[in-house]
Amino acid sequence: MTDASKELSFEELERIYGLLAEGIDAAGPEREALFLSKLALILARRTGDPDAVAAAIEAARQDLDLSSI
Amino acid sequence: MHQPAPPRSDSLYFTYEDFPFVWPPELDGAQPVHDVAIVGGGPVGLVTALELARHGIRAVVLEPKRSVSEGSRALAFSRRSQEILHGLGVSGPITGKALAWTHGRSFYRDTVIFRLEMPRSEEERFGPMINLQQCYLEQFLVDRVRADGLAEIRWRSKVTGAVQDAEKVTLTVDTPEGAYTLAARTVVAADGARSVMRSAFGLRMNGESHEGTYLIADIKIDSALPTERHAWFDPPSNPGATMLMHKQPDGLWRVDYQLREDQDPEVELREERVRDRVQSHLDWIGEPAPWELEMSSLYKAHCICLDDYRHGRVLFAGDAAHLVPIFGVRGLNSGIADANNLGWKLAAYLKGEAGEALLDSYSAERRPATLEIFRQASKSTAFMTPPSRGHGLMRDAALSLALRYAWAGHLANPRQSQPYDYANSPLNAEADDDAAFTTGPRAGAPLLDARLADGGHLIDHIAAGPTLLCFEVSEGGAPPGCVRIDLRRAADPDGRLFRHYGAEPGCCYLLRPDGHVAGRWRVYDPGAIKAALDRLFARGEAGTEA
Repeated sequence: MTDASKELSFEELERIYGLLAEGIDAAGPEREALFLSKLALILARRTGDPDAVAAAIEAARQDLDLSSI
Repeated sequence: MHQPAPPRSDSLYFTYEDFPFVWPPELDGAQPVHDVAIVGGGPVGLVTALELARHGIRAVVLEPKRSVSEGSRALAFSRRSQEILHGLGVSGPITGKALAWTHGRSFYRDTVIFRLEMPRSEEERFGPMINLQQCYLEQFLVDRVRADGLAEIRWRSKVTGAVQDAEKVTLTVDTPEGAYTLAARTVVAADGARSVMRSAFGLRMNGESHEGTYLIADIKIDSALPTERHAWFDPPSNPGATMLMHKQPDGLWRVDYQLREDQDPEVELREERVRDRVQSHLDWIGEPAPWELEMSSLYKAHCICLDDYRHGRVLFAGDAAHLVPIFGVRGLNSGIADANNLGWKLAAYLKGEAGEALLDSYSAERRPATLEIFRQASKSTAFMTPPSRGHGLMRDAALSLALRYAWAGHLANPRQSQPYDYANSPLNAEADDDAAFTTGPRAGAPLLDARLADGGHLIDHIAAGPTLLCFEVSEGGAPPGCVRIDLRRAADPDGRLFRHYGAEPGCCYLLRPDGHVAGRWRVYDPGAIKAALDRLFARGEAGTEA
């Protein structure tokens, strides 16, 4: 997560953002959690970096209560 | 008066022998102090009795029933268990009756998502896993005990209470002819999950019990399915839950399925209900053969154990000491390992050859082995019975991915039991060259079997006492009480044995009486080996005490 050279460019990130939204919509409310869980497992395996994945899990856990923002 | 029921006579495959009650001297008022009383004549108690006999101690075994165990109990035995039973002289009938297996398949609905492969090595006398009904194992153990009078088994004898003082344990024993007290210097409590000995001393097992109830049914069916472990996740025959099938000798099959939370275990255990559910699974897998029901029972996955397996002069073993989930072949295999660990230590203590600290090492070695089983089994259990929505979601994600990717199928690995290395044992040699070896069994690990040039196996040559494996050691002799086995390069032409042990000429391994490595050296050093033996038998500053 700290290696800036491996991060997506803004344009690439924007494209993935859209694909994720489409994927969640295509899965539907009943299956979106399963879809995202599968995706997380696939990506985690590809990073080859368990610490980075653990840090990402921790990062994603922050600020989940959007109503309080 | 304890009046046990006669054994069942309607088994589809096993003829239960009805063991008689034999009048003991205690009922005539005699009060001899026995060396060891073993409470419980199940497999753990009987293996302990044979281990003690191997080391020169004749135990009295107290068993409430009048036959070997009935019902759907232990089934699969690991290589290590087979090796231990081999050392006790019972591998012949076991190997003759059991079914060997090396493969397993896990399915998500009807798609194979994981193949378990445990290749059989030519180096090893025994294969990785066999299936044998527990009643056969117990019968073979009883036969062995009786053939040479290795122990005194008192059938129909139920221990109802126990007290101990500084010299002995006094048991209250109820029998068909009345009650008596029995005195013994030491007691092995192998009286199972509902241990009376545990209650007698107010001891509790701690840990956690997992969600989920499972039903086991043994059925007799002439099926063409191979001798493999079959596991189904979410099959149409048990939606949202798991189903297992495993072949046993005599055309028996173990069917093991998970009950969902909305299913009442008592209703599910009704015979017609079991028949319906087994039939629906057989229909789904396309198994047309007719079948009969032998037995059905329920179980839950527990991960609980005593804080200390030693309580004064009482040593707890098997289910009396710990309840472990049976997934991955762990229950009785861990009890057999307990008996293997305890037998020689208790014998050495009783013969005055070892300090009392050796008895503490039993708990110091076996309790961490139990905790390791808990760690492994908890992962399997969390996959079989997800304890939360998060676990359920990740399990479903893994199963879904496993339909296309083998790496995800590995998350469904049943994690078969592995022998435990006593790597941090207080008995391991202090001054050895363990770190200088790049391969071979480390200190605390069980020996590795190996095929010898004459076609035999190393394991056949291991003595009851400590054994010194000498790899082309030119100096002669062995420390007192230690059997020396010389392994020569000339008898190992392709160098397999030496490679197996990471040995160069001059190396030696000291094996404990239970076949675990006590220490290993690059160069034969009688002084270091003598020190390791003293440490092994807890002969230290405190001196020996009997």
